[in-house]
Amino acid sequence: MSNSSETIEQLVQKEYSAGWVTDIEQETFAPGLSEQVVRRLSEIKQEPEWLLEFRLKAYRHWLTLTPPTWAKVKYPPIDYQASTYYAAPKRNKDGPKNLSEVDPELLRTYEKLGIPLHEREALAGIAVDAVFDSVSVATTFKAKLGEMGVIFCSFSDAVREHPRLVRQYLGTVVPYSDNFYAALNSAVFSDGSFVYVPKGLHCPMELSTYFRINAANSGQFERTLIVADDDSYVSYLEGCTAPKRDENQLHAAIVELVALERAEIKYSTVQNWYPGDAEGKGGIYNFVTKRGKCQGYRSKISWTQVETGSAITWKYPSCILMGDESVGEFYSVALTNNYQQADTGTKMIHIGKNTRSTIVSKGISAGHGQATYRGLVRISASAEGSKNYTRCDSMLIGHQCGAHTVPYMDVRNSSSSVEHEATTSRIRDDQLFFCRQRGLSEEEAVSLIVNGFCREVMKELPMEFAVEAQKLLGVSLEGAVG
Amino acid sequence: MLQIKNLHVTVEGREVLKGINLEIHPGEVHAIMGPNGSGKSTLASVLAGRQGYVITAGSVSFQGEDLTTLLPEERARKGIFLGFQYPVELPGVTNLYFLKAALNAARIARGESEMDAMDFLDFARAKARLVGLDDALVRRPVNVGFSGGEKKRNEIFQMAILEPKLSILDEIDSGLDIDALKVVSNGVNQLRTPANSTVLITHYQRLLRYIVPDRVHVLSGGQIVRSGDRELAEILERDGYGSSNGVKDSNPEIHA
Repeated sequence: MSNSSETIEQLVQKEYSAGWVTDIEQETFAPGLSEQVVRRLSEIKQEPEWLLEFRLKAYRHWLTLTPPTWAKVKYPPIDYQASTYYAAPKRNKDGPKNLSEVDPELLRTYEKLGIPLHEREALAGIAVDAVFDSVSVATTFKAKLGEMGVIFCSFSDAVREHPRLVRQYLGTVVPYSDNFYAALNSAVFSDGSFVYVPKGLHCPMELSTYFRINAANSGQFERTLIVADDDSYVSYLEGCTAPKRDENQLHAAIVELVALERAEIKYSTVQNWYPGDAEGKGGIYNFVTKRGKCQGYRSKISWTQVETGSAITWKYPSCILMGDESVGEFYSVALTNNYQQADTGTKMIHIGKNTRSTIVSKGISAGHGQATYRGLVRISASAEGSKNYTRCDSMLIGHQCGAHTVPYMDVRNSSSSVEHEATTSRIRDDQLFFCRQRGLSEEEAVSLIVNGFCREVMKELPMEFAVEAQKLLGVSLEGAVG
Repeated sequence: MLQIKNLHVTVEGREVLKGINLEIHPGEVHAIMGPNGSGKSTLASVLAGRQGYVITAGSVSFQGEDLTTLLPEERARKGIFLGFQYPVELPGVTNLYFLKAALNAARIARGESEMDAMDFLDFARAKARLVGLDDALVRRPVNVGFSGGEKKRNEIFQMAILEPKLSILDEIDSGLDIDALKVVSNGVNQLRTPANSTVLITHYQRLLRYIVPDRVHVLSGGQIVRSGDRELAEILERDGYGSSNGVKDSNPEIHA
């Protein structure tokens, strides 16, 4: 009775709206990676000796590694010598001291993306660190946050101004030897964001980083390090976009979170890197290592991600639950359309007693998209009385896509419990007809049903982000559904 | 309002409707009765524009406009409402959100401004009271975890929100106990106006005790075999559908 497969093909492809390029004079390295490049990068950034050493160790280790092959993603080998490892807008030697000195072209870029950097016009209650290719170009509300003792600045500034803190925590959650991409990032990371929330403070603003890749043939390798001291709370948002280009571009970031006693970090991502065109040409390779350490007693780390972009997503935001009674959460929506591939999930490593973790993963596959949930729940012998609940739901739209669920469980004591639920579903014809009978177009109906499917995750997002994410899901699905 | 002439419809190559003629005027309530498999639900689906139903002959016009070439959502926005025999669940999509989107789609199509969230909330609450739907259900995902009666009441709630010109209620009474039937019927009666029309599709006469039709039609073998006023329903109740099978305007006593 249905010919929905025909209508899938009929619907038109919606353009990626953030796909334009900013015309700005750039300072870039020639393509290629060597010890010399690592040294030059460190020199440009006037880094201390210990950081150069960290980079060199990482680089030398990286040379011994090969890219991981266990993920369910396919792509031709990447030529790491063809990529550029530093691209930054040209600026005065000292760099802009405040927002009024930032190149207006850059301000316009972020404005166009809906991220006004003038504090006057900025979204109330959100401070932004804007990262453009390899460098942070502006950080808003820095002074206001500083009065409360919150450090929120670019990674480079943090190295200069708070070297003790950076050195104390850098690489403690994701060691440079962790994996191929982590080693690469540790060698060539150029900038990123740094956050420190002091003891007892409930950070009153949402902090956010907005990543923009602009330059062609360049990789983006940023690091984020967030430390929440005892009894503090911070909510952090991350957004990303890139121009449309025919070549694939590599984004290999590291995010490290540290939550001390009773501290809570909420980390939300709406990932909208350029996904490539309808034939699968171009798009970002998003190979990212994100991990949080619940170091203190009763600490909590919560990851929420909405992954709609990138040609390939390889990403497993994880929690190491060291502190007794600490809590880890992972809420994820991963949408693949056209030829996108996503292999994403989490690791919950229970070490402390009575630790708890929750995993809710919603995968949506359309077109020729392939979405894989890959997760590990490890309950160590020491983690007595711990609990995990995992729920993985997949939705298939059309007949050429795939959804895969690969849960690993490793439980080493008998006082803990692990639960896993999984479902796979399709949008049913009677649901579509019902929505259309009430006056919604087919595309509106699909967007509504998919957003409903993702509701458990979307409600974890901060308000402003939730609205954006909801729209993004609809846009990302256009052209694939029926 | 609605004019159906010599309508023939096939489903998967099989002819299910074999020449339906029906005219409904504003303000009228028509009941279409008949045994299982007589084509009642097919007629409802065809009017709403469901895929898989092929019109091989005849015409359907709604307010003077050919209906058969319109998409389901276009028909809906013009004021055709189908109350589903088996209401559909939309996990994670709240009633309020769903109906606001639906109402605004129709308003935009009519060139009106969208209703904002606050106004819609007041509007929806008033309508929920009118049809006796619990406020908690208004905020729940569409039909998820609703009882059979709640689902049917929710259909009437949707009808109240969308204020259609022509409502086709397909077996709105099936699976309801007598109390639920009264609530649902009361909702339908509340929504009757001189300007809008209702088609009740039902297997049983008992619904027509609560919603009084102007005309009653008997559908059998893909054709309307008898038409009459509400008393026809009572005759059918007494004598069963066998009395009118297949033969137009047959005299029930011959077959009794």
